[in-house]
Amino acid sequence: MSEKKAPGSVSKLLNASWLRPFVLLVMIVVGWDLAIRIFNIPAYQIPAPGDVVKVLYTDWPELLAQSGPTTYATLLGFLASAVFGIPIAMLIAGSRTVESYVYPLLVFSQSIPKVAIAPLFVVWFGFGIVPKIIAAFLLGFFPVVVSAVQGFKSVDPDMVDLARAMKGSRFRVFCAVNLPHALPAIFSGLKVSVTLAVVGAVVGEFVGSNSGIGYVLQRSIGTFDLPTMFAALVILALLGVILFWLVDRIERFAIPWHVSQRADVFVGS
Amino acid sequence: MTAAMRTMSVDQPSAHLRVVSEQSAPSTTSGINLSGVSKTYGTGDGKVPSLRPLDFHINDGEFFVVVGPSGCGKSTLLKMISGLLPPTTGEIHVDGNKVTEPHGDVGIVFQNALLLPWRNIINNVLMPIDMKNLPRADYMDRAKQLLKMVGLEGFEKKLPWQLSGGMQQRASICRALVHDPKIMMMDEPFGALDAMTREKMNVELSRIQRTTGKTILLITHSIPEAVFLADKVLVMTERPGGIAAIYDVPLGRERTLDAMANPIFIDLVARIRKHFMTNSALD
Ligand SMILES: Nc1ncnc2c1ncn2[C@@H]1O[C@H](COP(=O)(O)OP(=O)(O)OP(=O)(O)O)[C@@H](O)[C@H]1O
Ligand SMILES: [Mg+2]
Repeated sequence: MSEKKAPGSVSKLLNASWLRPFVLLVMIVVGWDLAIRIFNIPAYQIPAPGDVVKVLYTDWPELLAQSGPTTYATLLGFLASAVFGIPIAMLIAGSRTVESYVYPLLVFSQSIPKVAIAPLFVVWFGFGIVPKIIAAFLLGFFPVVVSAVQGFKSVDPDMVDLARAMKGSRFRVFCAVNLPHALPAIFSGLKVSVTLAVVGAVVGEFVGSNSGIGYVLQRSIGTFDLPTMFAALVILALLGVILFWLVDRIERFAIPWHVSQRADVFVGS
Repeated sequence: MTAAMRTMSVDQPSAHLRVVSEQSAPSTTSGINLSGVSKTYGTGDGKVPSLRPLDFHINDGEFFVVVGPSGCGKSTLLKMISGLLPPTTGEIHVDGNKVTEPHGDVGIVFQNALLLPWRNIINNVLMPIDMKNLPRADYMDRAKQLLKMVGLEGFEKKLPWQLSGGMQQRASICRALVHDPKIMMMDEPFGALDAMTREKMNVELSRIQRTTGKTILLITHSIPEAVFLADKVLVMTERPGGIAAIYDVPLGRERTLDAMANPIFIDLVARIRKHFMTNSALD
């Protein structure tokens, strides 16, 4: 598509950082298509990219409608992980006692496969949105806690001492020093969390739902409708990317002073 | 009683007073007083004795400098006097009040500038005002004036990472001064500065102390710096730290870098150095 342009503007276009993932994506899709042609892979094993694009085009309204409930469950589950995860991390980082009671249990609970217990939520809460939100929450929660604990704990004790010596109240010191210091770590946890929340919501839809992209996936696997299944996967990936990008935007806005954002300033300009 | 300690004349440099604890009969209502203050850290693998019981007194308006080997408990001492760390034994009084928590009327400078990376320089300097919940507007002029004094005019809106290490440290000194505290505590404040800036800061700090009459407790590794700045120098022993000696520095109140050529200065530096030669190296 860019062959027609002058070489100077082509290389300039290729250097635009937002374009690079798309270039890679195009290369992967071309590789995918070539592999199918060269190795003669039958369509019931891997569909050709063209077929997937066709489904994406013809079933777009349906896919869009189905991604609504998935997005909704993902967002609510993600918000719940942030709302519960950050205060719990504050408690864990702030008190040795809380840490010794809660943290090991939290780690332990992480080794329980969520897919295995997801049907339980359906039994408890029915076929509605609640089991999906819980599944999204359970997957998104842990990374927030782990990162936030690390963030709260890594504050320089001398810095806290300095603020305390200014006779600031505990709350004031926390807001002025500990919380901003932990924000970069919290955001990196939130970014992992939001992509895992998508997975959680889909798991919830897998085990008991009649709407959402997870349900589309489930149904198309049942009927060996591979192009639809791949189209659903593309939608999920898009959803993950968009949500990740949103959190990234908020991060830039919230911590413009951080090293990671600084580096960006220089690369960008 | 402190007048008695300052009686030696300039041509008797060898008569610097060696003050032992009992002699510093403290005034109980002014200055900083330590009686029997010791510190033992309890860590996972047993107890770490860091300071032997100390008794000394810092008068109001005195420039008090502590020198000692690395790890002898100087920073610990400073944190205890600031009320950030409780002593294991003994009591600390500031102006007659027992120290049990941070008392607020101090400005602290650590070896690292410790500026908040998300605040610009002027907001960092104003941090004590925010912590005390005082009106910022009342202190804005003072903050700008302080920044000008240390040569940081025009950097108010910059973020800390845009400044060199020495500039950051100068900003942190402004932060310690902005609320006009009665006491300044400085833990190796100039360690990160180059030699030239360091000398300039020494002269400036000396001037600040002479003009404002603040009580300053300063910790340093540099013996010449200690003697140049101090009214009194406390020399500490190896860990667990105790008092090796307290020297008066009869160099007068107005000091320029010429004071470093004064025989008293040279003699005192040599004497203090001897404390560390006989034990192990300083730092
Ligand atoms: N939080 C702590 N827990 C346990 N031990 C500590 C702690 N802080 C300091 N110590 C111990 O107390 C001793 C004195 O430490 P301190 O930091 O006061 O030394 P210092 O004289 O300031 O040394 P330096 O000149 O290197 O800064 C050290 O031996 C150190 O091991
Ligand atoms: Mg120290």
